[in-house]
Amino acid sequence: MSARLLEGVSRRGIALLAVLLAVLLAVPWIANDYLLTVLIIALYSAYTGQAWNVMMGFAGQLSLGHAIYVGLGAYAAAALYVHFGIAPWLGLAAAIAIAVACGAIIGFLAFRFGVGGVYFAILTIAFAEFARIGFDHFQWVGASSGFFLPVANYTRNDLWNLRGDPTMFYYVMLALTVAAFALCHVLLKSRIGYYWLAIREDEIAARSLGIDTFRYKMYAAVLSAGMTAVAGVFFAFYYNNLFPEQVFHISRSIELILGPIIGGIGTLFGPLIGAFLLTSLSEAMQELLSALGFDAPGVKQVFYGLCLLVVVIALPGGVWPWLAGKLHVTRRDP
Amino acid sequence: MAAEVYLNVAVSGLLTGLVYGLMAVGLSVIFGVVRVVNFAHGEMMTVAMYLAIALFNSLGLDPLVMAVPVAGVLFALGYVMQAGLINPFITRPEYSQFMLLIAVAIIIVNVLLIVFGPDARNVQTSYAFDSFLLGPLIIDATKVYAGGATLVITAALFAFFRFAPLGKAIRACADNYTGALVVGLNVKRLYALTFGLGAACVGAAGSILVLLVDVTPALGPALTLLAFIIVITGGLGSMVGAVLGGLLIGFTEAMAGLFFTPSAKSMFSFGLLVLVLLFRPQGILGKRVL
Amino acid sequence: MTALLSVEGVSKRFRGLLAVDKVTFQVARGSIFAVIGPNGAGKTTLFNIIAGMFAPDRGSVAFAGERIEALAPDEICRRGIGRTFQLVRPFPALTVEDNVVIGAMLRRHDPAGARRHAHEVLARLDLFGKRHQPASALTLPDRKRLEVARALATDPKLLLLDEVMAGLRPAETDRMVSALTQLNREFGLTILLIEHVMRAVMALAARVLVLHHGAAIAEGSPEAVVREPAVIQSYLGAEAVE
Repeated sequence: MSARLLEGVSRRGIALLAVLLAVLLAVPWIANDYLLTVLIIALYSAYTGQAWNVMMGFAGQLSLGHAIYVGLGAYAAAALYVHFGIAPWLGLAAAIAIAVACGAIIGFLAFRFGVGGVYFAILTIAFAEFARIGFDHFQWVGASSGFFLPVANYTRNDLWNLRGDPTMFYYVMLALTVAAFALCHVLLKSRIGYYWLAIREDEIAARSLGIDTFRYKMYAAVLSAGMTAVAGVFFAFYYNNLFPEQVFHISRSIELILGPIIGGIGTLFGPLIGAFLLTSLSEAMQELLSALGFDAPGVKQVFYGLCLLVVVIALPGGVWPWLAGKLHVTRRDP
Repeated sequence: MAAEVYLNVAVSGLLTGLVYGLMAVGLSVIFGVVRVVNFAHGEMMTVAMYLAIALFNSLGLDPLVMAVPVAGVLFALGYVMQAGLINPFITRPEYSQFMLLIAVAIIIVNVLLIVFGPDARNVQTSYAFDSFLLGPLIIDATKVYAGGATLVITAALFAFFRFAPLGKAIRACADNYTGALVVGLNVKRLYALTFGLGAACVGAAGSILVLLVDVTPALGPALTLLAFIIVITGGLGSMVGAVLGGLLIGFTEAMAGLFFTPSAKSMFSFGLLVLVLLFRPQGILGKRVL
Repeated sequence: MTALLSVEGVSKRFRGLLAVDKVTFQVARGSIFAVIGPNGAGKTTLFNIIAGMFAPDRGSVAFAGERIEALAPDEICRRGIGRTFQLVRPFPALTVEDNVVIGAMLRRHDPAGARRHAHEVLARLDLFGKRHQPASALTLPDRKRLEVARALATDPKLLLLDEVMAGLRPAETDRMVSALTQLNREFGLTILLIEHVMRAVMALAARVLVLHHGAAIAEGSPEAVVREPAVIQSYLGAEAVE
């Protein structure tokens, strides 16, 4: 398993990865709470970006409504916790199941009926909006007034119920992100990964090679949905409040995709690099602007838009492929 | 509820739908000719709306009159965007194009947020509270004027594409890109002109819409989505389809708002969108471009 | 001789155009069969029908005794029919090797086994040395060979080749011909090809079908067919007959 995990990565790459992991593990000891929070956001973005990347980068389907899975996962786990006292690790199962069902429906509608490209993107936006408005009226989970998780004073970390200090959340998010990457790497090297690449490159040619493109696109859709729902569960228990207006909003869907696009669609490390770049740059920017007195809402988003613009124009493959070339971290068979 | 109420709501919805239709015509023209999916369409419309409000507040001029100069400003904006930014992306993979325009959309929305703040704004004209009485119908004067202005502008646009040499040249580009090149049409310039025209539609529609709807920066994405729903329903690439789609959506949303809560009315448009995408993706009048 | 592929009365109309008109023929197991004719004769449409891209309006296609005209392209490949495209469709961002591995994965689910088989196929088509290059970097003749290699990697019983010689210089044509002949002799691979390059048709095919305006106007051995007046008139011209 570990051999497969490291397949295709040069010695240099492995070394860099190990250093990165060590640094990430050590962060809570050397960083203050603020930095920890920023890193949690960066890891969350990396994780959700990777989950989205499965759909777009691997199966070639542009989803602009991925926030729906975050929202479904968040509300499912939160509702089970608040109404029935069910712990999030169990609520996870429901969260994933609901998101997978939704992903399967969207996938089925799209793939069976040949809805692709911009039409598919619009379809995903519409579904997310539908969910946003729907949940605005869903009284059982607070509707538009919001849904709140009890935040009692804790004396120690409760991992089972995900109640605790930022350090605990940090390690949970780190573990999730590492797991996501490991999973994607293994999948990419296996038959399903190859088939996804084929579908992304040329669906007609892929079918002529015996690939059941419908089935594999569905796999990508439901896997992506399920993975994203897990992030939703984390979101609910970390922030402790959910508002349909925020959770399902199209801005969330767009933010979700910025990391992978800037980092590099379809690559393994693109979402990670993109997320860290964006988060660190934007935090730095906000600090700078606050110091200069430009602290208006929307400044951060303009910055994101500009980053996206620059990358799309100048580095269409994303930052990671360009960077990987410079660092010589990928390897070929002799 | 009495029949008059339904009728009033329906007429009101249709009139508003006309304005949305003009917005959608702009999108249809851009996609039909330049083959660019303008994800910043609604955002451009909000720019027009804010511009109209600013002009109204500083010069006191009626937005309906302002429709022409605002359209002119948006034309220039659209022309520059296409020629300067978007043109190289026509040959790039589809999602690159989407991302480019999404980036532009994000920037527009948030610059507007920074400049104008999040509060809703609108325009109160002298005739804002007048209405026309037509049998059982009580129609807002603003809606009538808005609908009328939209019809005039839309008709002018149709005439342009039908009869003007430039309009025909643009249609030639849409039908056959290589053929157009071969006969010596400057396609790049025509693309820029077309995008400018599409933007001008949005400019006019936006200037008219401020009479009917409050504007916030967040309206941009909502309008973009609405424009796409209208165009997909009516048929991508068909101008008449866009107008019909606008009427249909205006009508549906108004009636849905009546039967259910107003906040749920967009859900009907989404439902309609899903149905169209599944069963008739070319829309009511569109040619199949999938 | 058992017929591996049996096409019976296949017709296909696109709006006003009758692209394929009641075409009937059989391809014997282990043979090489060519379909020739002027442009627009319906050859590629016929291929696309056999390969499952669309269903015929009338008629049937049977492969190894099973009716396949209603099957999807991927199901047809799984039954044992591989195909190439007239305008080649490599996976541009992937390496030559990965292109063929994807083909090989149809029958070999593990990447290592698929890779081994891909290497064999690449060697057979003289592409092993270029296996790490991205497919987009290949010249046209190499892309054609890649297309054949990829289809071959699916272990087909019948290989459909659509104008695979087009654009090749005579020396490259000969190489391709010898590779195909070898595959046919060594493995009994049945080949159905569309071709304009008569040099290849004469060298490869045991039987030839001539299409014109969607209908079959001649069928037989290559030598016999090129002498038929109808064929000379519609397609070859008198100079082609040596």
